[in-house]
Amino acid sequence: MQENRSPIMDRIAEANKAATTGIDAKDIKDWITIYIMGKAYTVPADLTILTAMEYAGYKFVRGVGCRQGFCGACATVFRKKGDYKLQTGMACQTRAEDGMYLVQIPFSPAEKAEYDITKEPYEASVFIKYYPEVTRCVSCNTCTKACPQDLEVMDYIQAAIRGAFDSLSEVSFDCIQCGLCAIRCPAEIVQYNVAQLGRRMYGRYGQGVPEHLRKRVKEIAEGKFKQDMEKIIKCSTEELRKIYTEREKEPE
Amino acid sequence: MTTTKTETPKLTGTENIKIPYYPGCTLKTTAKNFENSAVAAARALGIELLEIPRWNCCGTVFSLTDDDLIHHVASVRNFIRVQEMNDYGLVKNENRLVTLCAMCFNTLKSTNLRVKNNAEDLKKINDLMYREENYGGKVEVLHFLELLKSLGFEKIRDRVKKPLKGLKIAPYYGCMILRPQEIGIDDPEDPTIQRDLLLSLGADSVDTPYKRVCCGSYQTVKEKNIVAELAYDILSHARKEGAEAMATVCPLCAFNLDHRQKEVKASHSDFEEIPVFYVTQLMAIAFALENECYGFDQNYVDPRPLLASKSLIK
Ligand code: SF4
Ligand code: SF4
Ligand code: FES
Repeated sequence: MQENRSPIMDRIAEANKAATTGIDAKDIKDWITIYIMGKAYTVPADLTILTAMEYAGYKFVRGVGCRQGFCGACATVFRKKGDYKLQTGMACQTRAEDGMYLVQIPFSPAEKAEYDITKEPYEASVFIKYYPEVTRCVSCNTCTKACPQDLEVMDYIQAAIRGAFDSLSEVSFDCIQCGLCAIRCPAEIVQYNVAQLGRRMYGRYGQGVPEHLRKRVKEIAEGKFKQDMEKIIKCSTEELRKIYTEREKEPE
Repeated sequence: MTTTKTETPKLTGTENIKIPYYPGCTLKTTAKNFENSAVAAARALGIELLEIPRWNCCGTVFSLTDDDLIHHVASVRNFIRVQEMNDYGLVKNENRLVTLCAMCFNTLKSTNLRVKNNAEDLKKINDLMYREENYGGKVEVLHFLELLKSLGFEKIRDRVKKPLKGLKIAPYYGCMILRPQEIGIDDPEDPTIQRDLLLSLGADSVDTPYKRVCCGSYQTVKEKNIVAELAYDILSHARKEGAEAMATVCPLCAFNLDHRQKEVKASHSDFEEIPVFYVTQLMAIAFALENECYGFDQNYVDPRPLLASKSLIK
């Protein structure tokens, strides 16, 4: 079975191995103590919060995904030794520090509206309709401070209130939907879902269809890829695998 | 000044004033006609209203609670943006912040007054916003009407190309630019600033005691009919005094006086519809600016027939 796996699957499996697997405790020089949900654990220094928790014996089913800071699954709330401030970050991107108290928040129980964007007017009123709490924003900027992506979260909520779909989309584009802004907001706004609604509306009504997409759709309709497609359909599994592994890739 | 002019007169000393401008959420949504007409009219007078970057909602209503500082943060953050405009050279030594919406004006100016008079409050708010530069208390909140007054109504008269001759307008003030007196821009009992502006545009100004009576404000959300009754009193009084239209500078007053005429008509069979203008729309017409900035589509009672009957539009 193993030899039939594609290299990409191996890479994913490799990336998902805990960084600490197979390390001998006697080889580690520096140790720190962290408190996971209040219980003290001694872990090697220089690990991320995620790998430190795994070292301590936690096995993640939820609360981890890409390990690269992209998927937003590993949201964590922590407080550093001697600091009153509650901080937030992605466990896979934040270094564990001595004396840190932490807990993972892999999921935020947040309101997620159902809507059909084809039936909504391209106006600020769409936010008021589905997420009326946006108007409660007091501009405290707590959301921005919480964002591990360093987005100007408050600014995009303010853009939503006034129906500025373009700047909302631009400012919120790198949101990974970790939910940390929402759990900190005193106005109970679900920033990331508001942003998603805004970007969907902007994509449909504001941005227009880009020229290259229009061209490609036309090519497809005219049958440019018909022959290639038919060839692929007739391929055996082996041939398909070969095509897949030898395909042209985007540079990493 | 009754003849139609063909040339833009030179306004010495007033060209290209760049001044920070706070629009507010309503002017970007349901009152675009207010913003568009005001920005265009200001430009015709050589004033560029520079929208402050990254502005946020003013807070909507000034909180009167003694220890409720969090609801003043929004306004103060906007003042910091004005400081930043100076820091980054978008404006030069310009601490005035111009507003159009009467509600925003009231909230911003009240907050400014509170923090200017209370260093401890200001420190707490500055501390909460530790990521921003401190607000130094130097910003001066100004309503657009005040800016026009400081420019001189004579200058406005000079810019008029199409005097609003024979148009009888009742200026309506409402509460937000008059009360409380510490922040008001005019005599709270007998305001005249809109009258002076209307006269400089060549219109007839119709005075009514209802010009400073509350329109019902946010009651309009839950108590439509109470607001409709107030609108009936205000509007029918103006009609009785001979007014053909109203003028205002508040989007909420405009909503209650204009859009609520639907409810007024339903409960008062004698009621005759009356157009409600933003005073800046009237400026745009008198200055003979582009049609697009008038924005009459957002008015509930269509003012075009009235304007056409006076040959002010085609
Ligand atoms: S905006 Fe909110 S959900 Fe998105 S990345 Fe930032 S904190 Fe996470
Ligand atoms: S945390 Fe909530 S209330 Fe505060 S600025 Fe962000 S969205 Fe507004
Ligand atoms: S695991 Fe995906 S962001 Fe941390």
